[in-house]
Amino acid sequence: MRNLMALLSGLLFGAGLLLSGLADPAKVLGFLDISRVVSGEWDPSLMLVMGSALSIYLPVYLLWVKPRAARKQGPVLDSQYHLPGNTRIDGQLVLGAALFGLGWGMLGICPGPAVVNLASLDPMALAFMAAMVLGVYLGRLIKRTIARRESGPIQI
Amino acid sequence: MFSSFAIALCGGLLIGLAASLLMVVNGRIAGVSGIISGALWRSESAGSAIGWQVYFLAGLVLSGLLLATPLEAWLAIEPVVISARGIALPTLLLAGLLVGLGSSLGNGCTSGHCICGMGRLSPRSIAASLLFMLVGVIAAVLLS
Repeated sequence: MRNLMALLSGLLFGAGLLLSGLADPAKVLGFLDISRVVSGEWDPSLMLVMGSALSIYLPVYLLWVKPRAARKQGPVLDSQYHLPGNTRIDGQLVLGAALFGLGWGMLGICPGPAVVNLASLDPMALAFMAAMVLGVYLGRLIKRTIARRESGPIQI
Repeated sequence: MFSSFAIALCGGLLIGLAASLLMVVNGRIAGVSGIISGALWRSESAGSAIGWQVYFLAGLVLSGLLLATPLEAWLAIEPVVISARGIALPTLLLAGLLVGLGSSLGNGCTSGHCICGMGRLSPRSIAASLLFMLVGVIAAVLLS
């Protein structure tokens, strides 16, 4: 049942990406490239996508999930919410976000749309995915090395 | 026919709904980079070989299979074919590598930090979102 809900969530998420235009790299670049403001071709609609997504997620989290998690109650189909506990803004987060921003700004493709676009079986979409997975693997290796150096064995 | 802003609004609502569903029902964060990582490298505590992450990713691919063509026809937009965009292969691979490495080190991408993390008012996610937006804008402006 949990897997079915995950499938449904993925399907809805992908539908949202397709409908909002986030699945199209050209649309994303039309937002990130703010030099287009001058020519009047800048596309601010992605701000609206983020705003409307947050207009649902933010109240659901603050009014439902957070109070329940504080009372040690779980989600509908699990015994506990799986929320990140780390609150430290460290060098690793800053470096990661900067590298991610660079890659995202180059072509306008981030992980969600990259997965949705796999459906086209376009060789370039598959190549992007392969390079991205390699990047995730390298990131895991680096994180494991840092964690070992800092405080002995930690499961990542 | 909707205006492009109304369509963007509906798309965003669907994304928010999908992420809320995963959190309320399964208690999981809908961060695609973390889900890819979790699907490919199972943690030792996880029971089955195929995790819920694989099902979420299958849903994403399924949306592309089922909805991309009808939506393109309905909205009268060009199909997204990355090979037709004239991107050099080394550029594509470098961008993919940076996106993967960056989201792994930064523990999240657009979905995880901008939607789920900002939706939890997480200081880490707000910082990461602002930073990768800023760098993304700079890269897009300089490379355009």
